[in-house]
Amino acid sequence: MTGRRTTKPKGAMTMHTRHLRARLKGWGGVGAMAAACALALVFALALTCTGSVASGAGAHQPAGHRTTQALTADTARAADDCEAPEKQTLPPSRADGPAITAIKNRPGEKRKLIVGVDQNSYRWGYRDPNSGESGRLEGFDIDLVHRIAEDILGDPDAVQFKAIPTDQRIPAIQDGRVDLVVRTMTINCSRLKDVAFSAPYFKTGQQVLAPKSSPVEGYDETLAHRKVCTAKGSTAYAKLEEDRRNGDLPASTDISTTVPNQLDCLVRLQLGEVDAVVNDGALAASQAAQDPTVELKGEAFTTEYYGVAMKKDADDLVRRVNQILVDFRQDTATGWQASYTTWLSATMDDDPSASRPPAPEYLRRD
Amino acid sequence: MTHTPNTGAPPTLPAIPPQPPAPGAPGGRSTTPLPTPASPPSPPARRRTAFAEGVDRLRHAATTEPGRLRVIGAALAALVVAFGAVTAWQMTDRAAAADAVLTSSQPLTSDAADIYRSLADANTAASSGFLAGGQESAATRDRYERDIATAAAKLVNAAANAAPGSPSTQTITRLNRLLPEYKGLVERARTYNRQGYPVGGAYLRYANEKMQQEMLPAAQDLYTKENERLRADYADATPYPWPAITLGLAALAALAWAQRRTYLRTNRVLNHGLVTATAATTVVLLWLTAGHALARSHLDDSYDHGVRSLAVLHDARIASLKARGNENLTLVARGAETKKVGDRTLDAYDHDFTRDIDTLAKGLAHAGRLADDDAGSKPVTAAVGSMTEWKKRHAAAREQDENGNYQQALDMVIGAKGATGECFDAVDKNLATALEHEEAEFATAAGDGRDALTGLPAGAAVLAVLGAAGAVLGIGRRLSEYR
Repeated sequence: MTGRRTTKPKGAMTMHTRHLRARLKGWGGVGAMAAACALALVFALALTCTGSVASGAGAHQPAGHRTTQALTADTARAADDCEAPEKQTLPPSRADGPAITAIKNRPGEKRKLIVGVDQNSYRWGYRDPNSGESGRLEGFDIDLVHRIAEDILGDPDAVQFKAIPTDQRIPAIQDGRVDLVVRTMTINCSRLKDVAFSAPYFKTGQQVLAPKSSPVEGYDETLAHRKVCTAKGSTAYAKLEEDRRNGDLPASTDISTTVPNQLDCLVRLQLGEVDAVVNDGALAASQAAQDPTVELKGEAFTTEYYGVAMKKDADDLVRRVNQILVDFRQDTATGWQASYTTWLSATMDDDPSASRPPAPEYLRRD
Repeated sequence: MTHTPNTGAPPTLPAIPPQPPAPGAPGGRSTTPLPTPASPPSPPARRRTAFAEGVDRLRHAATTEPGRLRVIGAALAALVVAFGAVTAWQMTDRAAAADAVLTSSQPLTSDAADIYRSLADANTAASSGFLAGGQESAATRDRYERDIATAAAKLVNAAANAAPGSPSTQTITRLNRLLPEYKGLVERARTYNRQGYPVGGAYLRYANEKMQQEMLPAAQDLYTKENERLRADYADATPYPWPAITLGLAALAALAWAQRRTYLRTNRVLNHGLVTATAATTVVLLWLTAGHALARSHLDDSYDHGVRSLAVLHDARIASLKARGNENLTLVARGAETKKVGDRTLDAYDHDFTRDIDTLAKGLAHAGRLADDDAGSKPVTAAVGSMTEWKKRHAAAREQDENGNYQQALDMVIGAKGATGECFDAVDKNLATALEHEEAEFATAAGDGRDALTGLPAGAAVLAVLGAAGAVLGIGRRLSEYR
């Protein structure tokens, strides 16, 4: 009996130690893993931190993206050298030059003005499916196009419309696929390097569009952790990118959703794929007009002017369009005011004064 | 103390060499020799394997005629049974594969092609309907609804026939998920279109994108997979059953040898049992060769004149659909997408249209060459005529569009009379007729092929048993002469 009593605890002890050792071994593995995880985390954090130091808000972007951002930043900075881009245009004139002569000399059926427009901007350039004439485009921009065609070619319908995605406007002009682009195109410094603009014909500014029930209140910190949709190649995207980089927009705002046409943003918003849309106020209003459950949030946070874009060296055409715009603004019966009333007073303010551009200045020297 | 006189040995002086003392010998009474081993005892013999023993026994048996006969009988029966079994097994496989070709893999391949076609056609109908502007007509709406219904029905069928967990199943699941999504987008587009809002067009573009980038590739993938399955079934159904044929020839040779042996030994020409066995084996071998050759020729025929024609026609139909879709998109996009070819900038969709119509022309030419009868070649010829007219009208419509007469171009493409839409419809209808014809030809040929194998496995098994029994009985009759 005594012998058993002495051996039993001994056996239990060895078993205990063995268990303990095994358990320790198990915990050792877990511990090692935990340590590895912690190290990895620290490493990742360190990387992220240096990343965000290097590129500000671009921390979550892949490296390639960061480079493009840096590039756009450079162009934006370079473009900032120019002052008041809306004034960088040539004085009006009715004189024909090589560009206008080339258009007028087009043979037979082809004697038309080739214009890049949008067919998806409600009240600006769009097709009314119920108009009966399925191919007809109409809207504020289209009115202006007809007026230019009438002035140059004597026939308001001597126009060949080409629908152009937002990011193809400049290439289309440079390649000579179109003579002009009248497509809610903002005059800005970086674009002035590639194309020539007319004097402004409309004043607007970027605005936020979101569902009425959304907590988003405007262009501010309520956009944090929200997905924002913009059109590819739009001024809205450039602005968002710049502001997120210099901290005016929360870094957590996801601006990666870009679409070929601003209207595609409304589709994404309705499908719940994005939380808000940033767009020119004029276009945002036309989106809101198509869906009573969304609204403009907050005030416009930029001031922009729409202009007619042309080839950089088509000086005679630029002067001629500026002359046409002078007439367009002065003509109260069928001019700017009439078009505004027809197309935009329903979706925007009844009073057009906020949209009317200031008296043009022609400061371009070359 | 008694003395035996024969021994003559003085009791005290033994004359013979001393013998090992015997128990109880002191009296010298026992004279019977004790059993003594003749040689020193050998170690116990090692137990031999059953096989070796069997071989020994066989060798032993083979030294006698009855034994030899028994061995020969067993071998003959085994050969004949093996031949029957292998024939039944190989022919069951081939018959099953031939049946699969006819009743499952070819119909599924056609279904997959139909799914692709219905989806592409629905998308084209939707875009013709109102991507190009205006409210869709009742005809295009019906067409769209019919296409969606067809796609949904064929998807269910494809799902029922796909092996669980196979890649096809995944593709089908994907398509089943995407179809309602697509339909939802189109419905929204319709609603907005009715209200006159351009966002309807944006929904349709989104739907089109989903169709082009996710659904059609998935449908194409399904078609490719079903095609592979069809080819695999053909590959299983047509190869010659060499093991069965070899065994059959071996059985026949063995039977011939056995009979010659019997004849040489007994001068009897006919042994009923062996003759029965030979006859049964010959019938199975002939049936096997002829049946399989026939089935193979029908199946090859069904492949050459059915499946190949069907594939070419399906491809042509899909090309015509793509061409129509791109023709519509040319007007829808209105110059939005361009493509650089060399130093010329072309409309991207029109460029694709040209490519698709070339594919269609090549496909129709190929189908014309493959068509082997009037009923098959007539619709193809008609389709070629419609295609030629289509190209002509398309060129005229493009010219209008290039000249900036968009409305005229639109009327020439989706208008009622004299539009390219008529030509497309004619091409599609003729291709459908040709497909129907080829499908029937395929079904006849493949059905004949499968039927050529009917009863062969069971027949081979029964006859082989009969043959084996004959062999055993025939040998048994000879054997009985030894009892």
